[in-house]
Amino acid sequence: MSKDLDDDMFVCRCEEVTVREIRQAIAEGARDVVGIKRRTRAGMGLCQGRTCEKMVQQILSQELGISPEETGTSSARPPVKPVDFGTLAKGVQ
Amino acid sequence: MVNKEIVVVGAGPAGLAAAIEAAKAGGEVLVADLNILPGGQLFKQIHKFFGSSAHRSGTRGIEIGRQLLAEAEKYGVEIWLNSAVIGLYDDRVVSIEKGLNSGEKELINIKAEKIILATGASENVVRFKGWTLPGVMGAGAAQTMINVNRVKPGNKVVMLGSGNVGLIVSYQLMQAGCDVVALVEAAPNIGGYGVHASKIRRAGVPVYTRHTIIEAKGTDRVKEVIIAELDDSWQPIAGTEKVLEADVVTLAAGLKPISDLARLHDLEMVYNGVFGGWVPKHDENMESTQSGIYVAGDTTGVEEANTALEEGRLAGIAAAESLGYIAEKDAKERKDDTWKRLDGLRMGPFGEKRMYAKNEILACFPARS
Repeated sequence: MSKDLDDDMFVCRCEEVTVREIRQAIAEGARDVVGIKRRTRAGMGLCQGRTCEKMVQQILSQELGISPEETGTSSARPPVKPVDFGTLAKGVQ
Repeated sequence: MVNKEIVVVGAGPAGLAAAIEAAKAGGEVLVADLNILPGGQLFKQIHKFFGSSAHRSGTRGIEIGRQLLAEAEKYGVEIWLNSAVIGLYDDRVVSIEKGLNSGEKELINIKAEKIILATGASENVVRFKGWTLPGVMGAGAAQTMINVNRVKPGNKVVMLGSGNVGLIVSYQLMQAGCDVVALVEAAPNIGGYGVHASKIRRAGVPVYTRHTIIEAKGTDRVKEVIIAELDDSWQPIAGTEKVLEADVVTLAAGLKPISDLARLHDLEMVYNGVFGGWVPKHDENMESTQSGIYVAGDTTGVEEANTALEEGRLAGIAAAESLGYIAEKDAKERKDDTWKRLDGLRMGPFGEKRMYAKNEILACFPARS
């Protein structure tokens, strides 16, 4: 894995968050996946971090010298899959 | 709110096997899966599996999927397809966005006595400049395109990763009419089984070990892929770059367990590098730290179809036992047999580390109150 990551490279493509923004969030004090998510929205898009979470973990462990385990995982909230408003509006059986 | 005895999330090998065991014993079982076809990844596996006859060696994955499905139907398992489980609430309430024949969807909450989570795994991505360009995709995604949807992802493919997924999908891409222009692997050696690697070598695919992808280039899709050699600390060596003409990059860089539903119901999790990340803790019945919620298959740690199937069986037997459908002695015998087969699958140079990893997970299970 290359150390000199391009700053403009997207990490979270749903929310279009770049490596630069992730690094900025770490500089501002983010220490785990949730910290990055709150500051940048990485992992808050359609896929809910299914694609980018591991990359966020890798950048965190690289920049902070911590293990992937220490970077944690994001909190899960329903709906875990996108639901359209029309379906929601019909209510729940 | 509808009541069901057992709700299984995921109709892959683990979910179907669990459903079959529970329904065979007399349980009322509903399986929900977000895909339009049941079978999970099995219906993409057009190659023959190997291993022991107990695990249907020599049978193609797609055929194993068909057999499981027929068996599930025989025992009266209800299967909802195109139906995503979107939430899991306190006291085992499963929220399902059910796909209707009309094409519409409706939300249904089900109060389940037992829940079996068999949600599988998702593919890891690899970051390099241009990884978000159209044409870059998971190897599993490419396999779905060619083997399920029968659509070629493109013409010239660079495969990154030489584990079994990378090797098998490379070969199947060639069968589908694609040209695999390079197999790129960061490690010094090919990762997967020799039998799969030989097929790739015989077909003349250039193999670049100790290499990685530096960049995918193109304006609206991949046109060129730049690879470079790696030094001993896995850093690209300047001046070794090669430019390959390709319109597809497939990433076979492992998988990670899907655990969002487990986390929603506050199942205790543990990190395990061998199994691909965070997994729910479970005991020998595959029951999680939340009573009545079982886990099976790749969601408990990324392995393969046969281990998923056996873990599904364990969960199905245990759930049926706790509902009173199987006597303790009978259940114990069947679970012991299943564990023996699982141990057999977790042997040898490829399996042993998974045996240790599984034992670590079993060992960290807290005492049940």
